[in-house]
Amino acid sequence: MIISKKVIRNKNLKEKVAFNIFRVFSAIVVLSLVAILSFIIYNGISVINWNFLTQMPEDGMTKGGIYPAIIGTLCLVAGSMIFAIPIGVFSGIYINEYTKDSWYKRFIKLMTNNLAGIPSIVFGLFGMSLFVNTLGFGDSIIAGSLTLGLMVLPVVIRTTEEALKAVDNSFRHGSLALGATKLQTVRKVVLPMAFPNIITGIILSVGRVSGETAPILFTVAAYFLPKLPSSIFDQVMALPYHLYVISTSGTNVEASRPIAYGTAMVLIGFVLIVNLLANALRKYFGKKVKMN
Amino acid sequence: MEYIITTDKVNLFYGESQALKDISIDFLPNTVTALIGPSGCGKSTYLRLFNRMNDLIDNVKITGDITVEGENIYQKDTNIVELRRKVGMVFQKPNPFPKSIFENVAYGLRVNGVNDMSTLKEKVEFSLKQAALWDEVKDKLKKSAFELSGGQQQRLCIARALAIEPSIILMDEPASALDPISTAKIEELIYELKSKYTIVIVTHNLQQAGRVSDYTAFFYLGELIEKGVTKELFINPKNIKTQNYITGRFG
Repeated sequence: MIISKKVIRNKNLKEKVAFNIFRVFSAIVVLSLVAILSFIIYNGISVINWNFLTQMPEDGMTKGGIYPAIIGTLCLVAGSMIFAIPIGVFSGIYINEYTKDSWYKRFIKLMTNNLAGIPSIVFGLFGMSLFVNTLGFGDSIIAGSLTLGLMVLPVVIRTTEEALKAVDNSFRHGSLALGATKLQTVRKVVLPMAFPNIITGIILSVGRVSGETAPILFTVAAYFLPKLPSSIFDQVMALPYHLYVISTSGTNVEASRPIAYGTAMVLIGFVLIVNLLANALRKYFGKKVKMN
Repeated sequence: MEYIITTDKVNLFYGESQALKDISIDFLPNTVTALIGPSGCGKSTYLRLFNRMNDLIDNVKITGDITVEGENIYQKDTNIVELRRKVGMVFQKPNPFPKSIFENVAYGLRVNGVNDMSTLKEKVEFSLKQAALWDEVKDKLKKSAFELSGGQQQRLCIARALAIEPSIILMDEPASALDPISTAKIEELIYELKSKYTIVIVTHNLQQAGRVSDYTAFFYLGELIEKGVTKELFINPKNIKTQNYITGRFG
């Protein structure tokens, strides 16, 4: 026989070794995630209760709750999405469905990619200069939302584009061949099919927005503001910034430690819920598209 | 008799490369014409001229005259949406929408402004009957079209095309992805539809061309080699290339 047993044994051995290496590395990923989560939960669980979630901070933020920071973050998420979703989704549709392959399309894509690569602190600086100062919004929910919205815009555009690209052209052709316009084709056939993936992209960007500190630093976040906003021109506290403040420059950093872990836990919990929601929505709409 | 489609010295270029060279064929109403030839000979490209599906490809240049029902369809002010309502198309791979069976057939009507439910119901039933699919799906019109078999999906696509009352139906290898029994059903259907529609069909299957068509045109490397009554072309081809192709010497 030309193929020796030794070669086969060798092959099998290599297979096993390679497999185990992959296994170890993926275990490292899982373990570090578990380690972070359990560390946060272990340190933060003691402060989590209803009052913590629904009351104002007290005693120089060493006691009381984080209610205004939670509300602030929710406001910023909502505000940035109101801005980023329509612009991002429509741009994605335009790029993928309407532009032919031209220098213009390549230019838009280049710009979107570059936008995605800008560090978030630069967005913060830009937001402060444009929204806070030039447009005169001051430190406010609207200035922060616009800055955050601008930051996640590329994510929304790209996921929309990818989701649309995943829809097979045969569906577009089938629709156009029936005398549908391009708009009808996009609205009635392409978008419903791409919707589950677009939703996922949007919700992932919600996770990103809720956790970013740099862009809100100069545009909206308040160090300590124990009241709820009454308009979009008010400042708010926000979870990530609050975490930063009480960990580094609070009135008593040591005494605030449990609250910092509690805040981290709430933030992680929020992102986790959002991700689960994304999954559920994707499954729901994925099914609906087929049954419709 | 008046021709329903005419093409006069049509040339088509993809960028620099020429896909169709001086093609002139005229089509009689209520006939089935088969376009045959080896892969890449331009027959699908030629078919897609009639509902202007080639417009979707970048960098296509077309010269020559093409008329449908007496009208030049490559004028600046040609209403492409209206043209595509008149000239239906069935694709190689069944491509039903991810909607219910009912909504698939109703789609073409809805996008053309018909939303009255009783009209839709009537039209959907009529089209599905014409496409010989009604008996198989009448109890599950609300089910997803994806639950149908490949052959049923293709007949659904035919029903979908019929619903908007076209006068011409283009078929681009409609049975090439189907099993023999489904293929036979589609062929039967083509034969029946002839009384009401003009059909142009691209096929790789010569027996199929022989069975379903009245006229046949043989394409090779972007040129029209020979056209004529199907029986004559198959029994007594005038061109040596046609003869070689239909006797299986190349292609």
